[in-house]
Amino acid sequence: MGLIDGKLPENVLTTTVDNVINYCRKSSLWPMTFGLACCAIEMMACGAAKYDFDRMGIIFRATPRQSDVMIVAGTVTRKMAPVVRKVYLQMPEPKCVIAMGSCATSGGIYDTYSTVQGVDEIVPVDFYVPGCPPRPEALYDAIVALQSKIMTEKVLRK
Amino acid sequence: MGRTENVSEVVTVNMGPQHPSTHGVLRLVVDLDGETIVNVDPDVGFLHRGTEKLAENRTYHQTIPLTDRLDYLSPLSNNLAYCLAVEKFFDLEIPERAEYLRVILAEMSRVASHLVWIATHALDIGAMTVFLYAFREREEILDMFEVATGQRMTSSWIRIGGLRDDMPEDFFVRLADFVSRFDKCVDEYENLLTKNRIWMGRTIGIGHLSAEDTMVYGTSGPLMRGSGVDFDLRRDESYGIYDRFEWEIPVEEAGDTYARYKVRMKEMRESNKILQQALEQIPAEGSVMTDDPRVALPSHEDVYERMEALIRRFYIVSKGFKPPKGETYQGIEAPKGELGFYLVSEGEERPYRMKIRSPSFVNLGVVNKMAKGHMLADIVAIIGTNDVVLGEIDR
Repeated sequence: MGLIDGKLPENVLTTTVDNVINYCRKSSLWPMTFGLACCAIEMMACGAAKYDFDRMGIIFRATPRQSDVMIVAGTVTRKMAPVVRKVYLQMPEPKCVIAMGSCATSGGIYDTYSTVQGVDEIVPVDFYVPGCPPRPEALYDAIVALQSKIMTEKVLRK
Repeated sequence: MGRTENVSEVVTVNMGPQHPSTHGVLRLVVDLDGETIVNVDPDVGFLHRGTEKLAENRTYHQTIPLTDRLDYLSPLSNNLAYCLAVEKFFDLEIPERAEYLRVILAEMSRVASHLVWIATHALDIGAMTVFLYAFREREEILDMFEVATGQRMTSSWIRIGGLRDDMPEDFFVRLADFVSRFDKCVDEYENLLTKNRIWMGRTIGIGHLSAEDTMVYGTSGPLMRGSGVDFDLRRDESYGIYDRFEWEIPVEEAGDTYARYKVRMKEMRESNKILQQALEQIPAEGSVMTDDPRVALPSHEDVYERMEALIRRFYIVSKGFKPPKGETYQGIEAPKGELGFYLVSEGEERPYRMKIRSPSFVNLGVVNKMAKGHMLADIVAIIGTNDVVLGEIDR
């Protein structure tokens, strides 16, 4: 700040464009309600009063067109996989994916003919949340980790 | 150029599998004439995980965690149905305290399941507040499960021959406190909904089902009792110790969505009554696992001191136990209706076949009958009143 020190009024802050944009992005992450199985119930619990994700600026949206992050909560089967991929492609950039629970991470206990062994086989995953189902705190942790990841991103220059 | 006649044309609309109000990954193919429903065709299988096939390759104990994940709103009811079915092979005597704890866990699961039902059903129709109220109580129940079992939802606590372990004192203190308050909480939900004009408008007369239809389609649970059929497996094919409690089976004659709403609300109160009585009657001490050597694991104290106990424990854990040749079926009154497990044993450590009679699957079959002639917007209410869980439908 050496050069402009003292030249600006006191109510002016200096920062980078990246910082401002990333700050806005991380403070209003809108995940898509993509409940597939058991984990979806814990995801609903996250939205309810006790864990209250609204205070983080997280509002669950029902359409991929309005969401920034997809939380894959539950087992992805072979029949469901094309739908998951299509919904992912429908989301506008920049977008990220959280694989919630053992099934979405690796297939979990369902090592069968009908189950996709981890959602990372069909879409790129940013964060994996362990647990069967994970506690709401675990999902919260993934959201916080995602926010700090967003803060490190560069918007204008790659 | 002007239009002179009304041409009726059927349009097919796809709903799901990614839809916020199909309660999971249900897909409905809806034929519409204008806004009126002509036909509804449910397409299931988006959550088919192969539970029945997996069970054939696992020992009887190893299947219990799979049952948790069928109807994931009330995992402990599923544990109970499966364990009762396996216990039928052996004619096991379950200790008193374990029987009471099973009733307590099953009824708590019923309340937790109905709370999710009222939360999502009301949310779908447009009453957001009920969701927050219902989840407040559900969190309390999950906290109690956590105190007792270490897991919020999928605890696998009910085992073949009893329970995994006894409950800590804190569990009973919390439960007694919860039970004393819960009736007032149900009053709160009813205050929000029962006389609410929007709620009544969206539910009265919607999704009508006659008593005969319920018999023809084989529906069970609240879907049957809401149509005036007085049937409850807890009383009519009693299992466990349900005959020791006094409670009523709520029945409504109207057969519409509103009647089923009233049935489920009353069921929560009746479950609370059973919980109250179970807390009063439960013996203060005693084992929670049968001592039948065929299925019971020897205690840790025994294992450390006696070689035979060590061998027995190792054998049961690593190889499993062998029920006699034969087949068995046990149905219980799960929150959604009759949940049954049919097991075929060839006298091996693993079942030859496990078939799950899931209430949601059978109840879903009646959707077309219920929805015909209603508006497109009503289909959300009809799915809600069906209270389907896809984990159980697709298995």
